[in-house]
Formats: sequence, structure tokens, C-alpha cells
Amino acid sequence: MSGYPVHLHLPADNHDMMGLRIGQVVRLSGTLLTARDAAHQRLVSSLEAGEAIPVCLDQAVLYYVGPAPARPGRPVGSAGPTTARRMDPYTPCLLAQGVKGMIGKGPRSEQVQRAMRDHGAVYFAAPGGAGALLAQCIVQAEVLAYPELGPEAIHRLEVREFPAVVAGDRFGGNLYDSGPKTYALG
Amino acid sequence: MRHVTSEMIETSVADLMERANYCLRDDVEQALAEAQTREESTAGQGLLNALRENSRIARTGDYPLCQDTGTAVVFVELGRDVKITGDLYGAINRGVARATRRGYLRASMVADPLRRENTKDNTPAIIHLDSVAGSAIRLYVMPKGAGSENMSRLWMLLPGEGVSGVKRVVLETLTIGGSSACPPLVVGIGLGGSFDSVPLLAKRALMRPLNSPNDAPHLATLESDLLDAINALGIGPGGLGGRVTALSVAIEAAPCHIASLPVAVNLGCHAMRGREAVL
Repeated sequence: MSGYPVHLHLPADNHDMMGLRIGQVVRLSGTLLTARDAAHQRLVSSLEAGEAIPVCLDQAVLYYVGPAPARPGRPVGSAGPTTARRMDPYTPCLLAQGVKGMIGKGPRSEQVQRAMRDHGAVYFAAPGGAGALLAQCIVQAEVLAYPELGPEAIHRLEVREFPAVVAGDRFGGNLYDSGPKTYALG
Repeated sequence: MRHVTSEMIETSVADLMERANYCLRDDVEQALAEAQTREESTAGQGLLNALRENSRIARTGDYPLCQDTGTAVVFVELGRDVKITGDLYGAINRGVARATRRGYLRASMVADPLRRENTKDNTPAIIHLDSVAGSAIRLYVMPKGAGSENMSRLWMLLPGEGVSGVKRVVLETLTIGGSSACPPLVVGIGLGGSFDSVPLLAKRALMRPLNSPNDAPHLATLESDLLDAINALGIGPGGLGGRVTALSVAIEAAPCHIASLPVAVNLGCHAMRGREAVL
């Protein structure tokens, strides 16, 4: 595991993203799209019905977050990752649309890990519960779709030096499995 | 008879809810610092650094500790020599709504579990009221996030399963859900009571100052054994592998039926929040 961060500018060059391995510390700069439970549900039900969706997911990096409201003069409030597992049922469908990265916390399902290998995508773990720290890395935010969902709307975020660790890579690596195994006793 | 107005309660609840969301409990802060001295994994050290920095930023009042500013769980110990003028429940809910607006807290409550319309002000609070001796009111506000709450569990064990049964289900809870619940965790365990009361024992255990053992020696031993066993799982900070999976284990026990051994495990994340006031 390397402690030296890799700086990635998003949307990233495919080669840079796809070479990432679990345990690699990264700093992300550029554009993220937010989406959590309700937005995932809507995107997938539109796609399954053959309807157009209101955002372009090709090459996108999704951040599973529902920020707290912004104080005046700030782009967002506290904005840490939510549990990724809740997005698992919808994720293979979105990876098929070209999503290249996801940021959340906690382990993913087998199906998601398989879809990450099939489509070439990376899962980043951001420090869960560090919403104040992560909010400071968000320099701009705007609602892109589903404004009626409030904090669950899809936002476009511009981030600078957003800290994360590669927790799932396209080679089948899963840090939530191998990390604890390294430190388990007995 | 001492009179306390509902406005005093509203103001106090608003202050506690806001403060709990911006200022980490001192004992949790200390436990995170102590965890850093024994964490061996690079990812774990990175996460602990981030959490301590997060706490420092939140304390300045710019952003709450976490975007999940929680369900407001409010414990009230009401002295029997106190007369409240006005509606206690209404006052608590108005206090939560005021903190939500004033503190820029996220509205995280829906009115119906299936229809899921947001109430937009974090009401209603979950309120636990106890009648106690004296002329004071003690209020404790615990904003409880869903990440750790969702990984909490309840069992009705056979009495014969005893200590080993309790250890088995606690470790199973941590193995299945520990990494999603924002470790290092505060683990609250309820033993005994009934199906309805055992989760409340577990929640009350989360209010205890960290690493203050239960007064009963057999429960203190079980707390200590469970803490070691949980940390031996290797889940680590953020679930990415490491030595520190739990900061503390606290057990609250109560009498129960001869045929029952209820066990509840309520997980608290590393931003285990709570503030109290005595009126």
C-alpha cells in the first residue's frame, strides 16, 4: 500500500484510471456527479423503460453523497460519503452507461465487483464521517437533475484535491476484503 | 413544585442538537487520538488523521461533523418535583426544528417509512421519557446517523447460549456490518429486558463515557473481552484493514424472563454524538 497520493484530474485519462490498484491513495480534482438512493432508482427505471436520462454518465465519476445545506457563501454543507451498498442493485446498469468511477464508503456486492471488471471501473473509498473535511474540497456545486429530490438531487461538483483510497479496482481487487484479512488475528 | 417552561426546554434542545453536530464528544476525541498511537495500517492512520482534522474543522462552526446530522434521539429524565408549563413533546420537536434551520443541518427524516416524504425539519424526534426523583430535568440529545444504525441488530437467544452466544452474535454483527458503519465504532450492547426494551438498553450504552466499565465485574469483563475480539477482526478504521475497529464496548443489562436472553447491538460511528444539559 502506497502512502503517496496519485493526483487525478477528472474526467481522467482512461489509462490513468484503469491502472489504479487497491490501497492506492488518490487526490481527485475536477468534476464529480452526486447520486444516492433516489437518483439511482430514477436513473435505472428510466434506462430500463428505454427513456432518456437527464445526465451524461459516459466517463462520469459518481459520488454517493447527500450534502447538508450550504451556509451562505459556500457551495455545500458537510458532504461525506454514504454507504455504497445501498447503490449496489443499480450500479451494474450505470456502469454499462460508461460510469468509470464511484466514491462511497463500505464494501460492494459480488455483482458490482463483476460489473467493475467487465466495464472497467474503479471504486474509491472516501473517509466516511469526515463531511466537514471533504466539504472543504468542494469548490463549486450546481443541481443538474431531479431538483425536487433536495439533497438527493444529482449535483455537479467541482472538487480540488479530494482525498480517497482505491478500494475496488478493475482487476478484482477488494480492499474491504484484503485489508481486514491482513490485520485479522487468530 | 418547581416550574419549567416549555420555551426553556425548546431552547436547550436546540442548543444541544446543534452543539452535538458540530463538536465531537471529548471522550470520543480522546479515544481517536489514543487509537492513532496503536494503529498500524497506513490506510487506518490516514483515516484517523482525516477524522481528527474533520473534528477540528467542524468545531469552528462552518460545517457539521457529518452530512448525516442524524435522527434526534432525545432522552428526558423528568424530576417528579417539576411542573412543565406547556407541551414537553412539542417543545422538544420545536427545538430540533430550530437547530435544523439555525445549524444548517440536513433534513433526514421522512414522515412515512414507505411513502417517504421528507418532513424538512428533522422532526419528529425519538423521545424517551423517564420519571426520576428530584426537581431537575436532564436532557440528552443524541443525533444518530443511519450508517451505523442500519448495521445494528437484535436477537432473542436461548438462555443456555449465555456468554458464548452473546459473543457470537456481537462478532457476527461486526463482521457483517462493521465496515459500513464508519469504524472505529462505539459498540452499545443491551442484554436482557424484553423484545421492545433491549434495543433501548443498547442505545443507552452508547451514552456512557467511553471506556468506563460496567459496575458489575462480569459485565466489565465481557466488555473488555468483546473489545479485544472485535479489534482482532482486523476491520480497522474505515473498514480498510487495521488494528482499531472499535473504540469502546459498553453493556447495559436488565432483568429478563426465565426463557429469554434478548441481545441488541447498537453501533455508533466514530463521530458518536451526544450532548446533555440539566435544567
